[in-house]
Amino acid sequence: MKQTQPCADTLQQARLARYSPGSTKASARYLWPLAALILLLAVNLLLDASFFQLSFQDGRLYGSLIDILNRSAPVALLAIGMSLVIATGGIDLSVGAVMAIAGSICANLLLQADLPLALVIAAGLATGIAAGLINGTLVSYLKIQPIVATLLLMVAGRGVAQLINQGQIVTFLRPDFAWLGSGSWLGLPLPVWLVIAMFGLSQLLLRRTALGLFIEAVGCNATASRYLGINDKAIKLFVYAFAGFCAALAGMISAADIQGSDANNAGLWLELDAILAVVIGGAALSGGRFSLLLSVIGVLIIQSLSTTIIVSGLPAKFNLLIKALVVLLVLLLQSDKFRRQLSSVLPKWRKGGQA
Amino acid sequence: MTTPSLVLELKQVCKHFPGVKALQNVDLRLFAGEVHALLGENGAGKSTLIKVMTGALAKSSGDIYFNGQQCHFASPAAAQRAGISTVYQEVNLLPNLSVAQNLFLGHEPRRFGLIQHKKMQQQAQQLLLRFKLNIDVTAPLAQYSVAVQQLIAIARGVAMSAKVLVLDEPTASLDSSEVQMLFDVMRQLREQGVAIVFITHFLEQVYQISDRITVLRNGSKVGEYLTADLPRSQLIEAMLGKELQQLTQQQAATAVAKQAEPLLVLQQISVKGSLSDISLTVAKGQAVGLAGLLGSGRTEVCRAVYGVDVLSGGEIQFGGKTLTLQQPADAIKAGIALCPEERKTEGIIGPLSIRENIMLALQARRGWWRYLPVKQQQQLAAFYIDKLQIATPDADKPIEQLSGGNQQKVILARWLAINPQLLILDEPTRGIDIGAHAEIVLLIKSLCQQGMSLLVTSSELEELVAFAGKVVVLRDRQKVTELSGDNMTAQHIMQAIAEG
Amino acid sequence: MMSLRYLPLWITAALLCLLFGIGGWQFDGFASLAVVSNLFSDNAFLLIVALGMTLVIISGGIDLSVGAVIALSGVATGLLISQYQWHPLTAFALIVPAAALFGALMGVLIHVYKLQPFIVTLAGMFLARGLATTLSEESIAIDHSFYDAIAEFGFALPGGGWVGASTMIFMVLLVLVIMLMHYSRFGACVYAIGGNSQSAQLMGVPVASTTIAIYALSSVLAALAGIVFTFYTFSGYALAGVGMELDAIAAVVIGGTLLTGGSGFVIGTVLGVLLMGVIQTYIIFDGSLSSWWTKIVIGLLLFGFIVLQKVLSRRTALTTVAGSTAHG
Repeated sequence: MKQTQPCADTLQQARLARYSPGSTKASARYLWPLAALILLLAVNLLLDASFFQLSFQDGRLYGSLIDILNRSAPVALLAIGMSLVIATGGIDLSVGAVMAIAGSICANLLLQADLPLALVIAAGLATGIAAGLINGTLVSYLKIQPIVATLLLMVAGRGVAQLINQGQIVTFLRPDFAWLGSGSWLGLPLPVWLVIAMFGLSQLLLRRTALGLFIEAVGCNATASRYLGINDKAIKLFVYAFAGFCAALAGMISAADIQGSDANNAGLWLELDAILAVVIGGAALSGGRFSLLLSVIGVLIIQSLSTTIIVSGLPAKFNLLIKALVVLLVLLLQSDKFRRQLSSVLPKWRKGGQA
Repeated sequence: MTTPSLVLELKQVCKHFPGVKALQNVDLRLFAGEVHALLGENGAGKSTLIKVMTGALAKSSGDIYFNGQQCHFASPAAAQRAGISTVYQEVNLLPNLSVAQNLFLGHEPRRFGLIQHKKMQQQAQQLLLRFKLNIDVTAPLAQYSVAVQQLIAIARGVAMSAKVLVLDEPTASLDSSEVQMLFDVMRQLREQGVAIVFITHFLEQVYQISDRITVLRNGSKVGEYLTADLPRSQLIEAMLGKELQQLTQQQAATAVAKQAEPLLVLQQISVKGSLSDISLTVAKGQAVGLAGLLGSGRTEVCRAVYGVDVLSGGEIQFGGKTLTLQQPADAIKAGIALCPEERKTEGIIGPLSIRENIMLALQARRGWWRYLPVKQQQQLAAFYIDKLQIATPDADKPIEQLSGGNQQKVILARWLAINPQLLILDEPTRGIDIGAHAEIVLLIKSLCQQGMSLLVTSSELEELVAFAGKVVVLRDRQKVTELSGDNMTAQHIMQAIAEG
Repeated sequence: MMSLRYLPLWITAALLCLLFGIGGWQFDGFASLAVVSNLFSDNAFLLIVALGMTLVIISGGIDLSVGAVIALSGVATGLLISQYQWHPLTAFALIVPAAALFGALMGVLIHVYKLQPFIVTLAGMFLARGLATTLSEESIAIDHSFYDAIAEFGFALPGGGWVGASTMIFMVLLVLVIMLMHYSRFGACVYAIGGNSQSAQLMGVPVASTTIAIYALSSVLAALAGIVFTFYTFSGYALAGVGMELDAIAAVVIGGTLLTGGSGFVIGTVLGVLLMGVIQTYIIFDGSLSSWWTKIVIGLLLFGFIVLQKVLSRRTALTTVAGSTAHG
């Protein structure tokens, strides 16, 4: 498409400026979750002056911040996958169970001493993709509601993991695999590196190609997307497979961390944390725009909150309660009606409320 | 019957939507015991008037009197309680409940607080027998045809002792025997003193059943007439207005005179349940109009050619080759594009920006891997915003915030960007404000002149006549006739639609 | 035509009888009143929760908070009786209305603020579980003469069967919920909202109050299930009922209720719970099968029923189209 010859350069520039991305709007989406995270960290600093202190021992950094990052890793991986599923208007309840299955597959393969590490990892990841493809097929080709379709694997998946483990907690002694969960590189724990790598690669895959846009288009309006030539079924299949892949990676990290596979408890209820993180990051469950960065910030908010509770000296039992209240607040802030009510009570909020 | 009394009166009612005056100073008088036909073309304001009357929309100004008292209905439920029931074209009942439950929802006969199912079923059976409907009332509503569902909806309105019954195009999906069944019921109700508002496209039916006619055009009342005093030709003139002549004179200029080679050939295509044996040809550079009422098959032809519905018979040839279409992507690959009638649900991708809405079809054709650089996207958007004069401050505004006309321009831009051989426009001007309306008609005309083949449906016949070289008339999912040259006038089309 | 609607129900009933028959043929003592009465008393709390879940799902919603509400009501019961020396009945009189309020608040969030039931009840689940752990992290033993009396209350059936208080409470609630859903205007409204809430609104259904009442009822039934659970365990524990919402949802689906709302039967849910119970009993009797098979089999059953629902709803859609062409 050639642009028609402009009358004057200034006019042309003025126009291009008009048509350039609205930077104000895009940054506003990041404002609230980031502000919440910074606020939480600031509270931590007030409670404990040494909160931001990092120490360096045995080639590895230690400190509360590193701890938060390390603990967030599995949920952050799940949240990256969940962001895409939610962007298409779906939901994946099975990721916790998929973590357990991937962990059990790897653990049992590791018992075979002569198998190379790469093969074990590949098998784990393939399991996750296969589980995701099952979910995706049910959702996009059999047109089963996402909640129900993934509920199947959520219920049956844990049974399958127990079957693989024959009801035992399967432990293994493989330092190379365990390194995935507890090792470190350039001072940072390896799970953190895995999250960074996954985040970076996903961002490249989604934003340097049209894939991310297609996912958003399908999530906003699947019919219209099909009408303009996007294969909406394939897109949905992809996001569930992607979520399965992320879940398998998270499952391997947690198995490597404890050097064993516990089919009952691996990844238990983590799907809910992942969904929550994506919602806190500002995504609508009905689908549409997504931001991996915001989802990861959502995860960090949840994890910092738990840390704050511990640092503040409150008993850990308040953890869930405070989490629930925060979630309710975030939910209400997402409701148009609540914002309108709020802005009529607090006229000054009107500007902020629109953000 | 004594002298008819005024039941419902609307005085100087106005309704404004942002940018559109849907109703301007409309009066309507409804007498007890009469069938009052409310006529007008699509966009004349009939449905807005109905919605204002029944509390589904709030009026901007004007007064409504019910039984002589000024009143205001806050919701359809409030209007219903007062005695105004509406039966919409798309039946608004609950397909999952039984027929009896649908009839009595909220009014079930009870004893000791418990619903008496047996008694409810008996009453339902009796009620429906008055409508000469003998069906199993315990079966879910979904099992019955639209015609029966419509009668049930009317029966519900009557059971709630309606004084005013509004029927919004109830005959659109009925066959002739069902229509007679409905008319019997309407006559029966008229004798009982119910005032009936009847909206339809079928002029024949207007003369068969109605006592009084109010005609709307462009949101204003043209006049109120007694049916017996109004010849058909005058009625059509009242509905279509004088502009018709001016527009029809232009058409000779745009019609493609030469015999061009055919681009799209439909050979007796059928789609199960929605189309049977339709054949038509679109030549290269020709604009073909599809006329017909809602449900006549015009949208279904568009869907079949675009691969949304899969054929159950017949063949589509495009550019000399036979097409097998499984999904829209196949049609796009062949060079066919569609601007759908349901712009909001099938056309725009609301939260995405204008830029993204314009570039998506091009991107979908390039595939997901070869992403169109953002700079090129911006240029593309800027180019079409200028060319089609899309009114927006910037290209990154979500498309859902634009007016209907500008949304339609964006969708046109989306297809122009991939330059299809055949562009299907399904009701391209529906729900578009007057100003943008003219612009879009001009735009379509210029596409014609540039040699793009078009297949256009529109219920605004003068519009079709204005830019089509040939009009195919559909009725009851079948092709009735094909009009071109001097025969192609709004009157002729209207006749063909009404009489077959 | 009629049989199509009842088909999932018949299939569940047939599977239940079949499995029970196979069990009775394979193992001594399987086909006995003792096993049947245990089925009810062991699953009484699940049965009660599933009744509420049926209501919610028929209305087109979902309630993930029920498992946590069971725990919360159990812990509250334990605390009030053991620590504050309340009489159990007074404790129940406080807990049940409180649960109604809790559910009603979720209903308000869902209806008034147009938030998705899934995420609202997920927050409700965290809140209830959080309150329960805040009240007490340890299991609270309940030692009260009333509980001893409850445990002894009941009557024996021939063949070692025993109908206890829990079973009786469930039976009473079952009758009440059936009356409510199939013989009251409220029930008709629930089905109407599940069918199409906009049409229901146009037909004059009070959508707001009904939605709020549905979630309040679900929480009340969950609280009652929590109380019944304390009869069973003589304790209140904050980690009780974890994942119970999933069992309840599974039972509702296996019982033939459409997860999209608008269609289903209360009695189907009961059959669903019993079928899941019989599977478990069978696996226990067999001895060689491991417990994880329960999960896998229930997952497969769920899959089968969901596909069946898809096929059935597609067939109804087809008959409607065919019907309208015949007329049109």
